[in-house]
Amino acid sequence: MQSQTTYNYKVVRQFAIMTVVWGIVGMLVGVIVAAQLIWPQLNLHEILQYGRLRPLHTNAVIFAFGGCALFATSLYSVQRTCHTPLFAPGLATFVFWGWQLIILLAAVSLPLGLTTGKEYAELEWPIDILIAVVWVSYAIVFFGTLAIRKVSHIYVSNWFYAAFIIAVAILHITNSAEIPVSLFKSYSVYAGVQDAMVQWWYGHNAVGFFLTAGFLGMMYYFVPKQADRPVYSYRLSVVHFWALIFTYMWAGPHHLHYTALPDWAQSVGMLFSLILLAPSWGGMINGIMTLSGAWHKLRTDPILKFLVTSLSFYGMSTFEGPMMSVKSVNALSHYTDWTIGHVHSGALGWVAMISIGAIYFLLPRLYGKTEMYSTKLINTHFWIATIGIVLYVASMWISGVMEGLMWRQTNPDGTLAYAFIDAVKAKYPFYVIRLIGGTLFLTGMLVMFYNMLKTIVGEKAYDAPVVAPVAAHA
Amino acid sequence: MADFISGFWDLYVAGLVAFGLVLCLILMVANMTSQGSGAPQMKGHVWDETLREYNNPLPRWWLILFVVTVLFSIVYLVIYPGFGSRNSDTPERDSGLRREYAEEVRKGKETFSLEKYAGNQNLATLATDKNAMATGQRLFLTYCTQCHGSSGKGSKGYPNLTDNDWLYGGDPETIKTTIAEGRPGVMTKGSDLDLTPEQIVDVANYVLTLSGKTADAARAERGKPLFEEEGKCALCHGKDGKGALAKGAAFAGLGAPNLTDDIWLYDSKLETIVDGITHGRNNAMPTWKHFLDDAKLNLLAAYVYSLSKK
Repeated sequence: MQSQTTYNYKVVRQFAIMTVVWGIVGMLVGVIVAAQLIWPQLNLHEILQYGRLRPLHTNAVIFAFGGCALFATSLYSVQRTCHTPLFAPGLATFVFWGWQLIILLAAVSLPLGLTTGKEYAELEWPIDILIAVVWVSYAIVFFGTLAIRKVSHIYVSNWFYAAFIIAVAILHITNSAEIPVSLFKSYSVYAGVQDAMVQWWYGHNAVGFFLTAGFLGMMYYFVPKQADRPVYSYRLSVVHFWALIFTYMWAGPHHLHYTALPDWAQSVGMLFSLILLAPSWGGMINGIMTLSGAWHKLRTDPILKFLVTSLSFYGMSTFEGPMMSVKSVNALSHYTDWTIGHVHSGALGWVAMISIGAIYFLLPRLYGKTEMYSTKLINTHFWIATIGIVLYVASMWISGVMEGLMWRQTNPDGTLAYAFIDAVKAKYPFYVIRLIGGTLFLTGMLVMFYNMLKTIVGEKAYDAPVVAPVAAHA
Repeated sequence: MADFISGFWDLYVAGLVAFGLVLCLILMVANMTSQGSGAPQMKGHVWDETLREYNNPLPRWWLILFVVTVLFSIVYLVIYPGFGSRNSDTPERDSGLRREYAEEVRKGKETFSLEKYAGNQNLATLATDKNAMATGQRLFLTYCTQCHGSSGKGSKGYPNLTDNDWLYGGDPETIKTTIAEGRPGVMTKGSDLDLTPEQIVDVANYVLTLSGKTADAARAERGKPLFEEEGKCALCHGKDGKGALAKGAAFAGLGAPNLTDDIWLYDSKLETIVDGITHGRNNAMPTWKHFLDDAKLNLLAAYVYSLSKK
């Protein structure tokens, strides 16, 4: 059955390890900015100001932590499901080092205050060009591997990874179109409300494709693998795939409700966000139902706990999102901590939990082992992280709804019942709870780091032999 | 049509929106199968040793959810309307937000009338009206606290409104003008007055002596004639340094502070004064008349007036 050639695990190992490292770094910065909101005196120096660290936090967790997790898992599963080693392994090495360089440049330039001012696209134009080059290289490796596959059918996880790679390329290049005025400063080619629209078309699809489609690809490989069960429904995966990738593209305007964006465009954004509910839930159903017949495994398998919990948070966030995009709900939620809570229920609950599960799956296999050093510590990590998320999300929900209601509360004479600072003061206890939640989540990552070191240090890197495809028996 | 430079883009977006909705419906209809009896059907492919797929039908409740959201969207886009910008910028079929806004403003005016405070009012009397001042304070907490603080005591660069020391005048009508029209708090920088860095330190030392503070006597002595020289500091602050208000009505709009009263907008450190003269100051009190109506301007003016009378 097995041939002599092996899969290329080197780049997978590199990205898997850096996922944990950047996860810790990004979340640590998150904990720092959360603390700065409680104790403003922690803004010690201009390069450590909240305003500069906050984009560092978002970039680090999305593109460094999330990005490395996506690279590791996609480059692993695309080889395994295509039954072939990676196409252009040299280019894959370039993708790894290029991406690490981008992360380092971000970690230097953002604290120095170099920014385009576009959320989730803050990096200046030389880094933007580097991102485009690395991303296209990644696409060549991924699609090249698909092209040389030894099976006729393309497995579902690869559709999602493919859509994610193509869409992110289009989004990044379109939104980053800018005119440089110096090495460190550029201006967007778009102006005014068009700029805002392009930015949030990008911004929401960074969520839709980077943080959703890519991670659904991860889900479709690692959930059935870890549960050792067939995917629940091929048909459902086809329908929700096409519906999801089409409708996500249109949801961006809901970030610009009640702004200068033309009203009809806001309506289109709201409605496509509503329509997104079912396609999003399609992924959750397919993931959770894949476990039917294997529920008992949840008792003993903490990796599966991570994966199932991530799907539950995915389901919650993708219900919450369409609801918040309804104009009248948005009138309350917009600009409040509710948005922060929503984002973190997705980012910690869905993105981080599924990445952590997938990395725990990968690490032993990349070193020729069957299990992590300690299953008990995985379980500990799971509970610390889950409690952390619940504290984080619940405190931000309460704080957000509270401040939204305070802002709109009026006195009998029509004046506002609360000055802005009153709402800020009222949020104080919830900021403390949020800090505790975030610190717990970070602690979980440190446990993971220890477990990882114990699993891999001193172990020999292992590249599994390529598995010959099983003949179809339709 | 005003949202695009040509009608093409409007049709393009409307067409894609319609196409997307139809695509969703076709996807659903094409995949509506029901569960047969017996075990779920398994697709034939196997990947990576163990990955296989059942082909269960779409869950009925899920399909209904999908259909409902798509149908709701079609109806909404027709009624609102939202298929492109057509018809959405005419008043009769205004697509909602502006209509809603106008309606809210109308209701707000009906419910919360501050009209009785508008027009010519004796602001000093208004300042003794308890109800009016309660409203005035709330307005102050909404619009003014960001700079002047919730107590009105100001902060570095933002005047204290409670101390009865005024840059432009403290009678209620002048306060109202200040709020309505805004004020430019501009001081020319030293180099524009042909002052060398050394001379600036001299002048700063002299400024300190004006309010009786200790300073380098030799420098202050050299600074005095510079301060008083035609076209330099004294032009706005007056030869005696008592500020623009003391110079008379013609100078009142300049806002140059009295330098003899030991009240400081920044602080009384020598380096702060040197910094101020070296770089100049460029403060601005915003213009509020386009944002606040006359009743609110009256209430705020009376409230600010009352702050300094306590």
